[in-house]
Amino acid sequence: MNTPAELKYTKTHEWISGDGGSCLIGITDYAQDQLGSLVFINLPMEGDELTAGEAFCDVESVKAASDVIAPVSGTVAEVNEELADAPEKLNEDPYGAWICRVEDYTPGEELMDAEAYAAFCEEEQE
Amino acid sequence: MKLIFEKSRPGTGNQYIPACDTAVYELDASFLREQEAALPEISENDLSRHYSELERRAYGVNNGFYPLGSCTMKYNPKINEAAAALEGFADIHPLQPEDTVRGCRKVLELTEKYLCEITGMDAMTLAPAAGAHGEFTGMMLIRKYHEMRGDSKRNKVIVPDSSHGTNPATGTMNGMQVVSIPSTEDGYVDLEKLREAVNDETAGLMLTNPNTLGLFDKNICEITKIVHEAGGLCYYDGANMNPIMGIVRPGDMGFDCIHLNLHKTFSTPHGGGGPGAGAVGCKEFLAGYLPYDNEITENSCGKVRSFHGSFLVIVKALAYILSLGKEGIPESASMAVLNANYFKALLSEKYTMANEGFCMHEFVMTLEKEQKEYGFSALDIAKGLLDNGIHPPTMYFPLIVHEALMAEPTETESRQTLEEAARIFLDVYDEAMRDPQSMQQKPEKTVVGRPDEVLAARKPVLRWQEEEAEDEV
Repeated sequence: MNTPAELKYTKTHEWISGDGGSCLIGITDYAQDQLGSLVFINLPMEGDELTAGEAFCDVESVKAASDVIAPVSGTVAEVNEELADAPEKLNEDPYGAWICRVEDYTPGEELMDAEAYAAFCEEEQE
Repeated sequence: MKLIFEKSRPGTGNQYIPACDTAVYELDASFLREQEAALPEISENDLSRHYSELERRAYGVNNGFYPLGSCTMKYNPKINEAAAALEGFADIHPLQPEDTVRGCRKVLELTEKYLCEITGMDAMTLAPAAGAHGEFTGMMLIRKYHEMRGDSKRNKVIVPDSSHGTNPATGTMNGMQVVSIPSTEDGYVDLEKLREAVNDETAGLMLTNPNTLGLFDKNICEITKIVHEAGGLCYYDGANMNPIMGIVRPGDMGFDCIHLNLHKTFSTPHGGGGPGAGAVGCKEFLAGYLPYDNEITENSCGKVRSFHGSFLVIVKALAYILSLGKEGIPESASMAVLNANYFKALLSEKYTMANEGFCMHEFVMTLEKEQKEYGFSALDIAKGLLDNGIHPPTMYFPLIVHEALMAEPTETESRQTLEEAARIFLDVYDEAMRDPQSMQQKPEKTVVGRPDEVLAARKPVLRWQEEEAEDEV
């Protein structure tokens, strides 16, 4: 399982990559592996206000639909529209397939670094 | 087998619609299609054979064992059909004068009365078209109740994480926020979490009891009390009513409002796309908010369906209730529980159960260990069953159990059928253990093999197109 060191992670398996002004968010390698082949993503819209800890997007595999939980609070500045037609990118390249870019963001509580997240996933798998 | 479009021959089958013998009314061009509809042209005889062939390829409760969990695929007695086919029921029009259809009115009244008695409710509407529509209607009553009291703060609906997906959808469609609460390890409502979740924003709780694991929640009176004390109302999802009808009543458990799936519990055919019927019942204090029928009533939550609901489905449900009677209804429920427990005990020889001990009308198995250690999944077992002439149980539900298979045999299967089916379940399990790879290729004997579900979902072909079909040839 891949957990890039430069990212921060949530217990609900989202990642964030921030550069001060704005951040990208997506779902982790562990998340895509557990969900299986994704066939649909219900993307947020530009301008949506996210609240950390609340669902802002959902993804569907052939088995189930799952909420994606906002790891940060803030305003959606850009959406990766490409995913709508190619949800498989979330499986193929989970850290390249960002869902949206959020501006003026405040990170939610309990974000983990790569090491802590990897340990968390291992625990969850048992 | 050819599609009906491929059987089409231009110029055939055009005798069905008689020549127009009235003045022709020209529609405004804006209402007309730009292209002619690509309808198949086929003679009556060929059409009839086409559908007979399709029917032979279909599989339903009339063909064999169908233990699809949470769907209550019970046998539909033919006496229901005989009743619904009576001229006075079948050949009426919803707009004909009321005094010419008094018998039909009586059917609606009697059905409402009996369903109220079975569920412990005071009032009932038969208008909703099916289960989810019933849920939506029921939650409209709860929304209306808070609105009428001027309590606009209450916009949160609590659902357990084991609930049917329609519950959170119903809350959302009613403009409410959904609060999901986790279940305890053994699958019940976690009372502590529920106490934490309720507050002055709680509109209500949606619950099925027995729950989706087939377990009857013994804390039910405490659960509804917690919600009521916080000022919320309790909604009963009638999806799992089959094992308790005539034995315990949602009204006595503290529920304020319910829906029933007449097409499940009360034995009207379903699974083919409808029509169903989702009766909604409520306690007296909500009765004024029920949907209106003919005349608008002041505080009604609105009109949810044209006329009087799926009338003939209601006739079938009433025929079922009357043929079982006061003794037969609880006996049927008890048999559903007995059958499920017998089937569970037989399958326990090889399959791991999500919960030990007695179940109600259904139970959940988990193939999590097999998937991790031996390389075959719940899906593979389901596909293997198809090759042996059994409709598989519900797969991958409830979501709280990994690699789930959920079986509901219903009361209408004989001991012999259950034993024969159990033997097949166990054989398929052995076969998967011996050769998991070949199980992943199943089914091989069915008309259609294993579809590529991912491709079908990502790149669905929703309409037959002539050119594409020719390319494939």
